Amino acid sequence: MLKYLFAKSEDIPSGSAAVFFGFSSILWFVVGTGLGSFNAAKLAFPDFVTGNEWFAFGHMRQVHVLAVIFGWISMAFAMAMMYITPILGNTRLWSEKLGIWNALLWNIGLSLGLTLLWGGLTSGREYSDFIWPIDLYIAFFMALPLAINVWMTILARRVQGIYTTNWFFGAGVFMVIIVFLTGNLPEFFHLTGLSEAYLTWWFAHNVLGLWITPVAAAIAYFTIPKVTGNPLYSHRIGHLHFWSVVVFYSTPAAHHLMSAPLPEWLKSFASVEGVLILVPAIAFVSNILLTMQGKWYMFVESLEIRFTITGVLLAIPLNMQGGFQQTRAINWYIHGTGWIVAHAHLALLGFSTFLEAAAVYLGLQSLMKRKLYSLTLGNMHFWMLLIGFSIYWISMTIAGLIQGAGKIYEVPYIDVVIAEHPYMIARWLGGTLVFASNIIWLYNMWMTARVGTVIPAGRMPHELAYER
Amino acid sequence: MNFREYKVGARMFGICLGGSMCITLLMPSYDFRSATSTDMALRKQLSAGWETGWNVQDPLMLGHNKPLTVTVKVDPKTGAALPAPITVFVYDKGVHMPNAADHPDNLGASVEKLSLDKGHIGEFDAATGAVYTIDHDNGVPYIENLTATKSWTPDEVMSKASDGDVAHVGAGKTMFVREGCWWCHTLLPEETQDWQVFGAPPYLGDFNGESPTAFGSDRKAPDLLHVGSRNSSREWMMLHFFNPRLVQPHSIMPRFDYLWGEKDAKGNKIDYDKWRAEYTEYREGKRENPPEVPSYAPNSDIRALIDFMLSLK
Repeated sequence: MLKYLFAKSEDIPSGSAAVFFGFSSILWFVVGTGLGSFNAAKLAFPDFVTGNEWFAFGHMRQVHVLAVIFGWISMAFAMAMMYITPILGNTRLWSEKLGIWNALLWNIGLSLGLTLLWGGLTSGREYSDFIWPIDLYIAFFMALPLAINVWMTILARRVQGIYTTNWFFGAGVFMVIIVFLTGNLPEFFHLTGLSEAYLTWWFAHNVLGLWITPVAAAIAYFTIPKVTGNPLYSHRIGHLHFWSVVVFYSTPAAHHLMSAPLPEWLKSFASVEGVLILVPAIAFVSNILLTMQGKWYMFVESLEIRFTITGVLLAIPLNMQGGFQQTRAINWYIHGTGWIVAHAHLALLGFSTFLEAAAVYLGLQSLMKRKLYSLTLGNMHFWMLLIGFSIYWISMTIAGLIQGAGKIYEVPYIDVVIAEHPYMIARWLGGTLVFASNIIWLYNMWMTARVGTVIPAGRMPHELAYER
Repeated sequence: MNFREYKVGARMFGICLGGSMCITLLMPSYDFRSATSTDMALRKQLSAGWETGWNVQDPLMLGHNKPLTVTVKVDPKTGAALPAPITVFVYDKGVHMPNAADHPDNLGASVEKLSLDKGHIGEFDAATGAVYTIDHDNGVPYIENLTATKSWTPDEVMSKASDGDVAHVGAGKTMFVREGCWWCHTLLPEETQDWQVFGAPPYLGDFNGESPTAFGSDRKAPDLLHVGSRNSSREWMMLHFFNPRLVQPHSIMPRFDYLWGEKDAKGNKIDYDKWRAEYTEYREGKRENPPEVPSYAPNSDIRALIDFMLSLK
């Protein structure tokens, strides 16, 4: 890949940038989940690797979170955008060279930022932990080049309309830059007190709501029609999804601070808007599931469809939790407990990861024109990921309910810690299973690139999945 | 450039996102600005200093260039004993002045007026530093710049203070942020039954001027906003930080023994390997007592962190 950095644009094979992003994202997924498994071990067994600043939980926790968000999820998004946007416009990526530079700068910036965080150089603000020079780097050297490439590819399209997926892509890259620059205002201009606290959670909410959730959904809008051959069930429901994300999902940031002394009107407003998140959620899930009509056998047979539909099905509990757990009636019980940790993993490791994994599977095979090296390993990846995630989610949900009960019944805190111990072990086992599944995936994709069967021109990888 | 047909959509998008940001960012900002600082906010702001997250004054987050919290027992000008000890916040030269010095409007209208008129917080010289304290006028707290009102200088105050009178709260909060204590310990008692166990939940004006607020979101351990009121034992804190299992066998808190640094209070090198080996023997029942926890050096990271913990009243 690096040899293309200074090559002429026309000499760079189409899809190179997407492949660079795709393999980077899988690598960061392995790193991120490995750190997650290590951190979980420390919560179950506190004397596991101890007395060293570089392996302290407080130094590694945020590295896990941001490696997964900005390494795995966001780079898989970039991969999907560079693969899907040109296809939907019946054109080439606007600048393959910019894409390759973008992937390189992304890896460099993220490695630097995570190393600094690991050493403890943090802004002390959850999800916007990166120090402000790194924040500026992310906005202008990681997100902006991606945005330019996506927008220019959409403008240079050779079809009449813009398909649903590309609305989300084009808007998503715009919104993530706005969210990044606005959410980090406290660091740029030293805002303090409640403004700082509120903007921290404004960022955390909107980076999920205006970046991760819509872009992941956009990927499903492409994968399902493309692989099944069915047209999208309804363009209009897609419209409803898009506009309700922009209007409803961008507003409930304050529901993350329901127990903080924010103005009451703001909490009530956020809570009502938070329930309205169900509008885009139901629109999205129903649209995708109805697109599957007549093709449900592919849920069993096709790896990409299985990943995507599992992710979409996981969006149902995700949004049912998300819509209601932030209301005062429920939030007072579960706020700050493991329930929230479980919910966050349902969003990122359940819903979103499964959709992106499908895009990376499909995209890498299509772009490299090579059939998946081993469908068995692909199936193992799916099941280990799903089972590992389920163990994690269920154990953390139970742990969260225990914590919530301990909180309201004023149980001495140490008794809560003791009661949670078995679930901490289960969480570690689930996380380790996820980590192991990703090592299998990386091996499988690497072997696909090396020795995968060549796909003949004009055919899709999933059509050949069972051919030898 | 087939964009024309999306003109309406693009404008609608701008209106939607702009409207949303207006309601969720602009409107709350007026409420936040009108919040009036409480005693707690002034105490937190003055003791922790301008910024305890990453900043260019302390780029490696070592707790450098931070204010000191000092208990003053005698008048540093005359040497006469004060009627009662007072707590002052010493900003030596080179230390960034607190947020209120540059932006007194962030204090809230009444506190701002008192701090400017009676406290003279606007009259500071960064080259000489300043000494601040918290005063009250009819129950309304305000910041008094003692360098302007009584011409107490940082050097004079420090020359009359013993090491026991000085708390490195600003450096300690830096340790709190750097070591990620806030990933498990919140600084935000909730309005449920929390207030009976962890103390009063904070009010709207309790955070003015504080950065970062480090509320924490994932409470795997007790809330710490009022920990200094529940437990004021420096000895307990020391044992607990070195190895939490010494005082709480079921704790899952990491050991923070590395914050002791190389040398103990007497300047002897701390032999961590020996300590851990002896502790393992103790845990396996081969020793009757755990090994002695080394006393920390006065300039160690852990001293600052414990100072910060005990300041959380």
